[in-house]
Amino acid sequence: MATYSTNEFKSGLKIMMDNDPCSILENEFVKPGKGQAFSRVKFRNLKNGRVIERTFKSGDTVEAADVVDVEMQYLYSDGQHWHFMVPETFEQIAADAPAVEDTIKWLKEQDVCVITLWNGVPLSVMPPNTVTLKVVDTDPGLRGDTSGGGTKPATLETGAVVRVPLFVEIGDLLKVNTRTGEYLSRAKA
Amino acid sequence: MQDNLLVEWRPTAALENLRLRACVLAAIRRFFAERGVLEVETPILSSTTVTDPHLHSFTTCYTGPGAPQGRTLCLQTSPEFAMKRLLAAGSGPIYQMGKVFRNEEAGRRHNPEFTLLEWYRPEFDLAALMSEVEALIRLLIGAPQAECLSYADAFVRHAGINPHAATVAELKHCALIQNISEPPGLDDSDRDGWLDLLLTHVVEPQLGIERPTFIFDYPPSQAALACVRPGNPAVAERFELYINGIELANGYHELGDAAEQRRRFDVDRAKRRAAGLPDILPDERLLAALQHGLPDCCGVALGVDRLLMIAAKAQAIDEVLAFPVDRV
Repeated sequence: MATYSTNEFKSGLKIMMDNDPCSILENEFVKPGKGQAFSRVKFRNLKNGRVIERTFKSGDTVEAADVVDVEMQYLYSDGQHWHFMVPETFEQIAADAPAVEDTIKWLKEQDVCVITLWNGVPLSVMPPNTVTLKVVDTDPGLRGDTSGGGTKPATLETGAVVRVPLFVEIGDLLKVNTRTGEYLSRAKA
Repeated sequence: MQDNLLVEWRPTAALENLRLRACVLAAIRRFFAERGVLEVETPILSSTTVTDPHLHSFTTCYTGPGAPQGRTLCLQTSPEFAMKRLLAAGSGPIYQMGKVFRNEEAGRRHNPEFTLLEWYRPEFDLAALMSEVEALIRLLIGAPQAECLSYADAFVRHAGINPHAATVAELKHCALIQNISEPPGLDDSDRDGWLDLLLTHVVEPQLGIERPTFIFDYPPSQAALACVRPGNPAVAERFELYINGIELANGYHELGDAAEQRRRFDVDRAKRRAAGLPDILPDERLLAALQHGLPDCCGVALGVDRLLMIAAKAQAIDEVLAFPVDRV
């Protein structure tokens, strides 16, 4: 069993806590001049996203979590699972609904995502920073209005709804920032 | 030529903070010169070191005349033992400002080498020394008048528990209701460890917020090198100064009893053995000096880098150090 001592703690380190994989967010060394030293650690549970704080005696060890990030191409969904492939090796992997929950509205076939695997099983899926998606529904465009003064909602092919300028029409391809959910520009077909 | 454009060579402290450091060091030396306290320098390298199980000394090896096979020397975690030998030799009031070294300590308020100001005042009692510490602090950072709070009152006020009377189970319960998780490696037999957990996580962050706070009368188990005053409860004649939740200084009515000092060394060594830490031999030169006679005195050590953090409103010690340990 791989372990980490508190001296190895740093932000991003993946450890096991209460049988769940977690990622360290912050680690603070506290020690009275004449007394016991502690590591005060904040970490995120990678399964449920919750942030927890724990304290360890300096020098103690915790179990390492076998968590890795892999770039994979999104292939398709069969309704229950979302299938991804490593482009170089053609290795395929299926993610379940909880793993893609936050990402589903940005997932477009053939886009390359970052999959976080725990013991080989997908924990979460990070979409590309920007995606290009087709508008499937929005109010009719205001011809000639390119000033970008007002906005309206538009539904994209993946189901995501974003605020777009008034000139955007059904069938347009849009570049969208997946981190903020904001419209960036129109894209060429 | 090797491409080293990405090498971090610049200081982490703004030059302005290094100028502030120079001013503060000069002001400290002036303060003691005006008060007739003698500046001394004692060795950083010594054949032995502190036995405290929570302090970890660096060691190095001297090879040369007198030590053909090499001789292990320890870098001092504070100049206390050597300065007490000077006091026993009749030095009168002395101070020292220099680098000390503590292994296994690095963080927002710790660097493994740091600047310590330590001074000793024969014939001063703790109250007189606390006043002098306060005078120095007010001179350097212009703080408002300090408050004094016993260790017990600080725990009652900020953690709702009596640190002298509480059982380990009660200390654990107190941590629980303060939302502090139980450190897996902290043993039930380590009562001081549980007190330290509450101190660092609950009490300290609330000390010295509006004004500097002196904490005094420590549990005898945390006397370190301070005299213990009998009573109910008996307390160690020790104080600490906090500003903005930062531990800044630690002072003692200095233990002068050689036999008691030897006993404490032995207690520490037993704890080190139990914890699997390397043994450290008692400093026989210190014990001989105490046996000769240490004048009744009080002494205090103050972390100069932390004082600079407060003066510069810095969040991390790196902001006042030219080059912290991860940049050397």
